[in-house]
Amino acid sequence: MSLESLCPMKQRYLLIVLVVLSVLSVFIGVTSLNISDITSLTDQQQQILWQSRIPRLISIIIAGATMAVGGLIMQQLSRNKFVSPTTAGTMDSARLGILVSLLVFTSASPMLQALTAMVFAVLGTMVFMKILDKIKFKDAIFIPLVGIMFGNIIGSITMFFAYQHDLIQSMSSWLQGDFSMILAGRYELLYISIPLLAVAYGYANKFTIAGMGEDFSTNLGLNHKQVVNIGLIIVAVSTSVVVLTVGLIPFLGLIIPNIVSIYHGDHLRKNLPHTAILGALFVLACDILGRVIIYPYEIPIGLTVGVIGSGTFIYLLLRRKAYA
Amino acid sequence: MIEVKELSKTYGDKPVVNNVSVNIQKGKITSFIGPNGAGKSTLLSAVSRLIKYDIGNIDIDQQSISQWKNRELSKKMAILKQANNITVRLTVRELVSFGRFPYSQGNLTPEDIDHIDEAIAFMELENLENQYLDELSGGQKQRAHIAMVIAQDTDYILLDEPLNNLDMKHAVQIMKVLRRLVDELGKTVVIVIHDINFASFYSDYIVALKEGEIINQGPVDDIIEESSLKEIYDMDIPIKQLDRCKVCVYFG
Repeated sequence: MSLESLCPMKQRYLLIVLVVLSVLSVFIGVTSLNISDITSLTDQQQQILWQSRIPRLISIIIAGATMAVGGLIMQQLSRNKFVSPTTAGTMDSARLGILVSLLVFTSASPMLQALTAMVFAVLGTMVFMKILDKIKFKDAIFIPLVGIMFGNIIGSITMFFAYQHDLIQSMSSWLQGDFSMILAGRYELLYISIPLLAVAYGYANKFTIAGMGEDFSTNLGLNHKQVVNIGLIIVAVSTSVVVLTVGLIPFLGLIIPNIVSIYHGDHLRKNLPHTAILGALFVLACDILGRVIIYPYEIPIGLTVGVIGSGTFIYLLLRRKAYA
Repeated sequence: MIEVKELSKTYGDKPVVNNVSVNIQKGKITSFIGPNGAGKSTLLSAVSRLIKYDIGNIDIDQQSISQWKNRELSKKMAILKQANNITVRLTVRELVSFGRFPYSQGNLTPEDIDHIDEAIAFMELENLENQYLDELSGGQKQRAHIAMVIAQDTDYILLDEPLNNLDMKHAVQIMKVLRRLVDELGKTVVIVIHDINFASFYSDYIVALKEGEIINQGPVDDIIEESSLKEIYDMDIPIKQLDRCKVCVYFG
């Protein structure tokens, strides 16, 4: 009981930091925009605010929360701390889906692109889970390696066909996450993630039980397969949405849930909101860093998150014995 | 009552359980004993609907297992397999709370919380309730899992080798708890167990399996008997009477 009463408090601190950084984020950029001017903005400043800064902030928060929660759910369902949408072929499958939609429907609307990407992401993730079922040797490191290989196979198929059809350039924009291209009218697809996160929260208890295995779930009267499938669909669909609008953000789904798990355990009802907030906060901080470090130029988010994330990941691997 | 009728289960062409019929009486501890590969765990898994059987039928309280709704059955019967392979980081209390999932689907009512408190008290886990499972010893973990099963409040409690990896003190502790579950709470307990002395001391009824078939079954005194044990284990096991109990001296 004491743990549960502690949680909301810390969550409150995280939220306060998130709000402060959000405000900061809106007022950083090439076109100067000061908090003190907020009541007397010129038309141009108004436009920058509503067309670029606010959409960017919203997409950072949604993408960060989505990727972190996606990782959390996948780790729970695969019962492996090192599985995430980037190490299970989910993101690569989504990109293959985008390519297919570009090839098959020559002038694919964003919605059609999104749908194809989602279908491919769901299928790719399910294939990975099937492979996981077949593997007898369930070593904590071996499984994500299999996932990365699987993702690379799908990635090379995508590249092969992209070369043949001169689509490499359009494909590479989905390779590296980047928030600088986010403008009003180009990011709204991300809103799909919000109801999905809400559904995930509703399923939090079931995901936790499913994470304890099929026998454990059956004993408690839970349909294990159904819950796993629902979880994978939520993850795959929300991941595709992020890949389509922002691009690939590596490591996020890996490090954030692992950090939260150390302090708050694996009870999803308890740590899912935490993971979402910390994910958003992490991406926001990386984004602000990327924007000021070589001001007025920008480092893409994929790079900042990648560098900080890979460092943290190595640290987690080294201290794995202590908790995983 | 659980009635197993002419049950068979094959893996590939190998029959693991072959034409087994057994009745499990309410309010008793029934032990499944037998050598490795006798089909004890498979039989227990079939009874607890964790695996599908090929031929035969299982009735639980006069209703065929296939007709039970999964969620209803989870209020009637609990199964605990080896507890030590769960890696999820939960506190003892969180784990025990999941025992109420069949009733509340995760939104605990005051009644659920009473059951959780009682189960924790029954297993004497009050001091550990906010500790994470991965910080506990094997015996404590096993007790936490049994507390969850108690919170699940089922008539039937099935346990697959509950003494695995436990030292003598903890093994005795677990067996005493099972005895109390039957004597004080009126539960029906079924266990798969290797140590025949634990089976002899604590159970009411023994079912002996060998090569997928029931080779003998009956009250403890009928089974813990030299000729019967020779048939089950293919070895001579002298039996000594110790107060009211029989001890099998199977070391040489």
